[in-house]
Amino acid sequence: GSPFVSLLLALSCCQGLHHNNIDDYVEAEPVFQASKYGSLWPLPQKVQISEVSFKLSSASFRIVDAKASSAGPSCSLLQSAYRRYYEYMFGSAKKQWGSKNNRRSDPSDLTELQVWITSPDSECDGYPSVTSDESYELTVNQPVAVLKAPTVWGALHGRIYSIYFHCQIISYFPFSKSINATIINDFPRFQHRGILLDSSRHFLPIKVILSNLETMAMNKINVFHWHIVDEQSFPYLSRTFPQLSEQGAYHPYTHVYTPADVKMVIEFARLRGIRVVPEFDTPGHTQSWGKGQKDLLTPCYSGSKPSGSFGPVNPILNTTYDFMAKFFTEISTVFPDGYIHLGGDEVDFTCWKSNPDIQKFMEQQHFGEDYSKLESFYIQKLLDIVASTKKGYLVWQEVFDNGVKLKPDTVVHVWIGGRSDKEMSNVTAAGYTTILSAPWYLDYISYGQDWQKYYKVEPLNFEGTDEQKKLVIGGEACLWGEYVDATNLTPRLWPRASAVAERLWSAKNVTDIDDAFNRLSLHRCRMVERGIPAEPLFSSYCLHEYKGV
Amino acid sequence: MLKFVSLLLALSCCQGLHHNNIDDYVEAEPVFQASKYGSLWPLPQKVQISEVSFKLSSASFRIVDAKASSAGPSCSLLQSAYRRYYEYMFGSAKKQWGSKNNRRSDPSDLTELQVWITSPDSECDGYPSVTSDESCEYLLFLVHVMFYRSLETFSQLVSEDEYGAKSINATIINDFPRFQHRGILLDSSRHFLPIKVILSNLETMAMNKINVFHWHIVDEQSFPYLSRTFPQLSEQGAYHPYTHVYTPADVKMVIEFARLRGIRVVPEFDTPGHTQSWGKGQKDLLTPCYSGSKPSGSFGPVNPILNTTYDFMAKFFTEISTVFPDGYIHLGGDEVDFTCWKSNPDIQKFMEQQHFGEDYSKLESFYIQKLLDIVASTKKGYLVWQEVFDNGVKLKPDTVVHVWIGGRSDKEMSNVTAAGYTTILSAPWYLDYISYGQDWQKYYKVEPLNFEGTDEQKKLVIGGEACLWGEYVDATNLTPRLWPRASAVAERLWSAKNVTDIDDAFNRLSLHRCRMVERGIPAEPLFSSYCLHEYKGV
Repeated sequence: GSPFVSLLLALSCCQGLHHNNIDDYVEAEPVFQASKYGSLWPLPQKVQISEVSFKLSSASFRIVDAKASSAGPSCSLLQSAYRRYYEYMFGSAKKQWGSKNNRRSDPSDLTELQVWITSPDSECDGYPSVTSDESYELTVNQPVAVLKAPTVWGALHGRIYSIYFHCQIISYFPFSKSINATIINDFPRFQHRGILLDSSRHFLPIKVILSNLETMAMNKINVFHWHIVDEQSFPYLSRTFPQLSEQGAYHPYTHVYTPADVKMVIEFARLRGIRVVPEFDTPGHTQSWGKGQKDLLTPCYSGSKPSGSFGPVNPILNTTYDFMAKFFTEISTVFPDGYIHLGGDEVDFTCWKSNPDIQKFMEQQHFGEDYSKLESFYIQKLLDIVASTKKGYLVWQEVFDNGVKLKPDTVVHVWIGGRSDKEMSNVTAAGYTTILSAPWYLDYISYGQDWQKYYKVEPLNFEGTDEQKKLVIGGEACLWGEYVDATNLTPRLWPRASAVAERLWSAKNVTDIDDAFNRLSLHRCRMVERGIPAEPLFSSYCLHEYKGV
Repeated sequence: MLKFVSLLLALSCCQGLHHNNIDDYVEAEPVFQASKYGSLWPLPQKVQISEVSFKLSSASFRIVDAKASSAGPSCSLLQSAYRRYYEYMFGSAKKQWGSKNNRRSDPSDLTELQVWITSPDSECDGYPSVTSDESCEYLLFLVHVMFYRSLETFSQLVSEDEYGAKSINATIINDFPRFQHRGILLDSSRHFLPIKVILSNLETMAMNKINVFHWHIVDEQSFPYLSRTFPQLSEQGAYHPYTHVYTPADVKMVIEFARLRGIRVVPEFDTPGHTQSWGKGQKDLLTPCYSGSKPSGSFGPVNPILNTTYDFMAKFFTEISTVFPDGYIHLGGDEVDFTCWKSNPDIQKFMEQQHFGEDYSKLESFYIQKLLDIVASTKKGYLVWQEVFDNGVKLKPDTVVHVWIGGRSDKEMSNVTAAGYTTILSAPWYLDYISYGQDWQKYYKVEPLNFEGTDEQKKLVIGGEACLWGEYVDATNLTPRLWPRASAVAERLWSAKNVTDIDDAFNRLSLHRCRMVERGIPAEPLFSSYCLHEYKGV
């Protein structure tokens, strides 16, 4: 690891010392060497790769349902996964796939991957959830490889992933594919492995979202946290309140997500074992809501008169809660996931303080001058509304910090940097489950290999009992949208988020940064080959460079 | 102005203070307002835009040669520029272009743009160039290039309403560049850059009135240039001998694509350092390093004590001088590490014979001097990185010294120009160094002539270059990392010195970036915002 540390330090020096950035640290330069784990990413929990290798030919190789499997040809989720991974392995050689003139297979060929779902109900048409069992076993041997996944939801999830794994084991040769005899026993370390994308600061075209869902699947990310609206724009087209996006989107037709768009995102994600958790952040971060919904936001005052500008959601009107009840009823039906992210972060009290009606309400409620009590008052009512829709919720850490009463299954999202370990300690001591994002704000960019910084994070590095540690169910990499849109999102996210993906999937002791560099270099080339513009780690090349511009 | 400064400061704070990064500086947030100069970028030297506006329709609008123009339909450079800009303005509506059923144009329509090349020789088939003596030819060519530039400006004046109707205001523009050399360095050695990436960035350079593509084509890591004379250089030294090389046809295509857009292609073949990849295909070119009394198996810079080295260089640069038509070649000469030379007993002996003592920069100068003489004999001028000047190598008077070392680059500019050499500046414009926030403002605020010196010295500054070194950049992220950050440099080098209003720049650059996006270039956003037509790729 030490050559990398010194490299990173060298790179963060000021410009005056560098030019072509090469002579200065020529000795610390990362040198690519093949890992004994090839290009596997994230690294499975247990993997044995033997020296024995089998050939794979696109003409003879098949992915099939095992006879004993509870999922058959009618499981379109699996069938489309087979097709996807076949194409990843052999290119879109559809002719060969359907061809009847298959060459006889060599005795040393691997001809079949059998996918065996062992639980009685495969739940092909359901959705992944936070409790899904994602474990699987993969045995590559001649003449057939077997992929076995035990439990219902996790089985589905694991299946997809293991096919993916299978694909990763295939060695990187352009003309002939081969695969080593392998036994993999795998399961995720954390259940919640998410990525936050922000479609409010910049509108993200559906195509960008889909191609990043595809990439999430390649990295075993299983939660798409869709920060869909915020101050700047409201692109969610609500059936109940269409004026929200009519007035609040950047453009009412070209910069909105229609119900059909949202459905497509959810289904595309489901087919890849990814949950879609939408965030509708209130009472702050809501400027764009106010454009289409009269009286929703608090009018700010300048002296004794309204200034014409607006602050957070107005917490003292019944109409606010009527609106929220209807709105979240819609959201709870549109998004099938068991959880909704309710935000609750960064509420600015200036406007509330300026408003005489709010001041009066504060008096009536005996809140004194403590506006965080007013915030809690609002959040409490909102949580009750959302709870009545039978959804669980995630909230940003301030909601916990302010002492709002939370349902026991609430997930507290820790984001504030500096002393996030202390916060993790407090949240879990209070008995709440939690996810970590503080060290993984990928919108903060810097020169050099910052993926190493994300990789070195240990989420359980805080003071607490074993019971407390168990309450950490995962984390999320956040790519806030101030400086990110369709033009630069994908290369900025990948492979930096891949570092987070391995930290959340692989065993705690997987920390060899040299080995990670070697595997990640290949993993990034694999993403590029699959059409994803994942940026380079360092001076290097891929056999197949990115074809777009 | 202050608004932006405080924004930048807020953004560079540590993460602990921010979340969605919005409430903290909601008051300092840049608010887009229309500039009175619309989306013009870089800002012309003189521009008057009136309130009177004309409609433009794709059916009736034409770009034609003026009757008195010295360039006619046979000038393919202009003809292809007309077509390109027609498509930028109206989309690729080729049917309408050729249609005979044109609607009658309204009296308030603008129906024609006449392009009038006034000099007797339009030099349609020539190459853009910069010569330090202001010959007549140079002026003529400038006129020619200027007309090309004006097409970009014209297309920038066209605005579109929500329904797609185009209009243009009555406008008079009188424009010329402040600096002659406005370049961008791309590095195809750390990562191979597919031709498609290079071409689409040349296209974008033209949109930003950049006129020099500094092609840092080879370096330590790989040698993708396929040499006719020494094909083994790329056979052995490229990342891959077939898929990661630039063939003679590729190079020709890049040069012609650039020429059609008024862009010079200046190749850099950096020696004696930065040459690891050269050694793979050319035996004995590099210095064998010693570990004690035995060769260690590794190699250092070019071996300066062998005649074979200079024979090789003579042949190699003779080829380069014919392949690249530009008047200049960049010869590098930066960052030479002496460790290997010091370890080699033959080099030590040579140092003694030459009475160089322990001063290896003398050996470096010895090499460079011989190399410059070789290149001069090919009738090319050269650019060199600043170390060559710093080490006191004797340079031809028309040498361009390239200032890159940060910290005290003003002092260096002062020294170089005091010695009478022309110079270009890159030190503040290393765009591979990224950081959070609107760093384009930092690049924009640079004033290249901010150094101590006489007026005569200032005149020796012919421009600058934005450098995008390739360690962390390849086809996947190059274009959004370069644009619109390099646009800030482009305006600094084109527009008048007093064009420094950063709010106005934000407003124009926001629109300019959306125009690039609409033209298919993934130029990244300045800040939270939207474009009428978002990027369609992924």
